[in-house]
Amino acid sequence: MSARVSAVPSTQPLPNRRRLGDRLGDLGLHGLTGAATAAAGVLLGAIAWKIFDIASPAISKFGFAFITRQGWDAVHSKFGALDLIWGTALTSFLALLIATPISIAIGLYLSELAPRGARTVIASLVELLAAIPSVVLGLWGILVLGPFVGTDLEPWLHRHLGFIPLFDGSPQNAGILVAVLVLTIMIVPITSSICRELFLGVPTELEQGAFALGATRWEMVRGVVLPYTRTGVSAAVILGLGRAVGEAIAVTQVIGAGHGIHWSLFATGDTLASKIAGEYQGAATNIQIASLVYLAAILLVISLLVNLTAQFIARRFSHERGGGS
Amino acid sequence: MAVDAGRYALTLSRRTRRRKLVNLFMQALATLAALAAVAVLALVVVSVAQRGASALSWDFFTKNAATFGESGGGVANALVGSLVIVALATAIAVPVGILIALYVSEFAPPRVADLARLVLDVLNGLPSIIIGIFVFGLLVIGSGQAAWKGSFALAIIMLPLVARATQEVLALVPSTLREGALALGASRWRTVLGVVLPTSLGGILTGTVLAVARAAGETAPLLFTTSIAANAVTWDPRQPVLSIPVDIFALSESPDPADHARAWALGFVLISFVLVISLTARLLLARYRKRLEG
Repeated sequence: MSARVSAVPSTQPLPNRRRLGDRLGDLGLHGLTGAATAAAGVLLGAIAWKIFDIASPAISKFGFAFITRQGWDAVHSKFGALDLIWGTALTSFLALLIATPISIAIGLYLSELAPRGARTVIASLVELLAAIPSVVLGLWGILVLGPFVGTDLEPWLHRHLGFIPLFDGSPQNAGILVAVLVLTIMIVPITSSICRELFLGVPTELEQGAFALGATRWEMVRGVVLPYTRTGVSAAVILGLGRAVGEAIAVTQVIGAGHGIHWSLFATGDTLASKIAGEYQGAATNIQIASLVYLAAILLVISLLVNLTAQFIARRFSHERGGGS
Repeated sequence: MAVDAGRYALTLSRRTRRRKLVNLFMQALATLAALAAVAVLALVVVSVAQRGASALSWDFFTKNAATFGESGGGVANALVGSLVIVALATAIAVPVGILIALYVSEFAPPRVADLARLVLDVLNGLPSIIIGIFVFGLLVIGSGQAAWKGSFALAIIMLPLVARATQEVLALVPSTLREGALALGASRWRTVLGVVLPTSLGGILTGTVLAVARAAGETAPLLFTTSIAANAVTWDPRQPVLSIPVDIFALSESPDPADHARAWALGFVLISFVLVISLTARLLLARYRKRLEG
């Protein structure tokens, strides 16, 4: 929060000309900056309106049943979103499941363990991971990670954990598992850098108090750092979820455009975002385009809900802790 | 009196030893997680460099893509396309982003500032494919693709990034500077334009560079708004152009290994640009913040 400065009372009236100029200048800059801010708000509204507007033919034709219907048949113009909602939920949830403990661990390492000199270097390397464009990560995912997953990881998982439905099925180079791994790589740097900042914000007195009581470092973390930052960490995780749900490009490249609802991670699949990215160019009929944008509308609603929840929690956290975002 | 040897012994009790072991184990896990993240970064960068660097040559950068159906050729069209799109997007997003940040931190009443921050955060969290469809629906339907339409989409991505970075730097400007200017009788707008903005220029610049690095790699907003088949170099933003990320996306979906080689080479170009730029900007930003805070 910036410091608020009140107008300075002057004892002598300024020359008239300057006063007018200053008043116009103040008004002008205030108005200009305010207009830019209002434009951002209007933009957000316009995005929501336009998406629902393009989707409206599909919304009026299929109604809410679209959300619970399976199958995507372009030939007979029968479309349903359930397969894709399933794909989105499965990939995001699993990516989050893997990414959350890893991110917290990285955050802890960077805030509590790493040697002073290495701290900033490792922290910036982890953040650089977030700078890799998703299309490059997807390219790597399909040509390097995919073959490894298909020929090594999946057969291994199948052999040892095949009794779990998740690891049943025949291994292949593209599929849900590759998408989950790529999403994990995308979420971890975002979540872990937020976690690191949260952990660094824990008051030193509390940490040292725990040490003085004889706690080991891990006991201090479990007893002080994690409880103190719990709300903030959950906001970070939800922000990561928002990222995973909305990622289109890298997922399109690696998930293999499959159909249906499967438990197997080896199967190919599709998410809301990857369906749009993969099919929009080749969409033949107006109703198919509208249906694809209907998917985008669902994605928009989900991502708004997720983001607002995260922001709400994060704001409450920084309010509780008195400042420090 | 017999002393209970076990109770006062200086060796660690079993319980303490277990606590120490758990502690060590957890520390090892945390270290391992950090190492794994760095290893993945190295793995991605090295495998892109290995596969991409060999295809780079003078011709690769200066020749156009081969006509449709043939393989080979250079990527000059995609390079120039990316340059035009990103430059124009920066020109749109930076002034607006700075204005928003100025409003939020210098003019807005606290509640309005909070709302504006929320809008920016939500805008930042929107999936980029949604922005692509929005611009497609708003500008492309009925009138065709063009580079400036892609720039508009990228500008929406960059806007919250620039505004957020600028806000953070503005918050670092010491309030004594503002008060000093006001005490000298300068008006609000002169204080902002003459004192606050110049002081924060370095930070704004690095924030902008980071936003450019992000925008240069974005694919989804450009997928529908710019062409995937434009194979001539054009600097005209009214023409449909190809861009590096979209080209990589299209090539990676192709079954032809020659296309994959081109995708790797382009990926190497993109990743080098993005990583070098964001690393430099980060270093400069850290130095700048230290100077301002110190």
